[in-house]
Amino acid sequence: MNDTQKQALAAYLIALGDDELILGHRDSEWAGHAPILEEDIAFANLALDEIGHAVVWYELASDATGENPETHPNHLAYFRDVHDFRCVQMVELPKGDWAYTIVRQYLFDVAERIRLTALAQSNYPPLAEAAGKIKGEELYHLRHSAAWVKRLGLGTAESNIRMQHALNELWALAHQLFMPLPGENDLTPDDIVPVSANLLPEWEAVVRTAFAEADLTPPAANTSPSRDRSVHTPYLIDLVTEMQKVARLDPDATW
Amino acid sequence: MYGATVDEIEDAAYDDKLAEFEARIARGEKIEPGDWMPDEYRRQLIRMISQHAHSEVVGMLPEGTFITSAPTLRRKLILLAKVQDEGGHGQYLYHAAETLGATREEMLEALLSGKAKYASVFNYPALSWADMGAIGMLVDGAAILNQTMLARASYGPYSRAMIRICTEENFHQRQGEDIIITLAQGTEEQKAMAQDAINRWWWPSMMMFGPHDSDSKNSEILLRWGVKTRTNDQLRQQFVNQMVPKLHKLGLSVPDPDLHYDEESGNWIHGEIDWDEFWNVIKGNGPCNAERMAARRKAHEDGQWVREALEAYAARQEAQPA
Repeated sequence: MNDTQKQALAAYLIALGDDELILGHRDSEWAGHAPILEEDIAFANLALDEIGHAVVWYELASDATGENPETHPNHLAYFRDVHDFRCVQMVELPKGDWAYTIVRQYLFDVAERIRLTALAQSNYPPLAEAAGKIKGEELYHLRHSAAWVKRLGLGTAESNIRMQHALNELWALAHQLFMPLPGENDLTPDDIVPVSANLLPEWEAVVRTAFAEADLTPPAANTSPSRDRSVHTPYLIDLVTEMQKVARLDPDATW
Repeated sequence: MYGATVDEIEDAAYDDKLAEFEARIARGEKIEPGDWMPDEYRRQLIRMISQHAHSEVVGMLPEGTFITSAPTLRRKLILLAKVQDEGGHGQYLYHAAETLGATREEMLEALLSGKAKYASVFNYPALSWADMGAIGMLVDGAAILNQTMLARASYGPYSRAMIRICTEENFHQRQGEDIIITLAQGTEEQKAMAQDAINRWWWPSMMMFGPHDSDSKNSEILLRWGVKTRTNDQLRQQFVNQMVPKLHKLGLSVPDPDLHYDEESGNWIHGEIDWDEFWNVIKGNGPCNAERMAARRKAHEDGQWVREALEAYAARQEAQPA
């Protein structure tokens, strides 16, 4: 990789890490508040995995640009300005009701699985190796959220309506996951990362089948409101302020 | 009247069974779910185990508020794992209580209606990051002493749940202590934060062991039937002896002006606990009782449609021809 590509890869990995960190943050908000105790546990575990994966991506990004992988991930999470985060808007939105949480998680999990499968073939071995490792854990997430899509889609009239509403709200937003990530265009020619748009057809096929089996229908509109990962919702400001409030009490202190 | 009445025959049989039950406990045998046990033993265990389960579940709340603002990614992951464990402990304990005939629904209902209690310590608020350290070090530290004793309890399922829980609790306590150590060695502000948290959590932790032995209405029977093997005051003394030197070594003080070392017994002697505060919090008037119960009720009510959907889906699966 040349220097431009190293910088591009870091930007790409930070964006992936941001998706995981912010979604993990939302998942963690369920701890103690889920509909059944088993889900308090499951969602704490999901959050643990997502945030753990964010750390893996941030460490790889640090390696690519010669930053210290011990300290740089914390810098990225705690001392970056909110406008420098590169997550998709879908993960920023408040946790909503259980249907909203499940639909978002499912849409994300399928996309992530497809991306990880592609990244596991990367020409950059550290990336391929990390993706292969994470993929195993993500399979459990996907099974979990897919099972919930079915239960709630086919449960009661109310659960079906709530799921349909959530799907209506999230469907277009989820398409932002298939817009080019920061740095992507510098990396695809050498097969370091996949072309995001090429992952879309498989995702659509998988999720449409699952929704059909759960008596749910994606809406017609599928254009993401934002292409650009530097544009955020106001919810991200509150989230990042909360996340960073203790660390920023004294940036030089050891916590 | 000739011979014994039915009641007397039953009573005689009861006495024999009770004698055998107590002999088994004296021999150190475990009582298992299908075994004969006095109703009072069953009642006390359901009360204790469900209260313990509720404490784990409500205990997720104060620490849960700091998952989203834990100051490093590592601390965040550890805290998440800890809160996840607490949910898991709640789950094992509900299962242990179910072996005595209580159902999860009844137990939850008792919690939400305010009939069942949970550890009063969780009715105090977590105000700063240092509270994550104080909760781990003091609250979990106190809990471990109680749980280590309960791991030897005469009821098999409770004892086994406790053995499993204790291993994880030791890790929780270490993470708390590690936070306090880091803060105590940090900046002036961090030291002040740690001291403030210790000041606020010390007495609630001391109260976790329950009333003095002389005022504990359940202690006698629990000791006799091997559910507890040590008294509230014995455990509390062990806690003080363990914590005071640790805190002093870190340059932190204990908020008890009467605290002193007794050369003769080798004990740290603590001042009197504010029992009015203790009973007041138990009665529901602590700083966070209303907030904790509101959070649990909200989770329960918001989850109602989810649980209905799960039941409907399960019924639908069952109805489907294979």
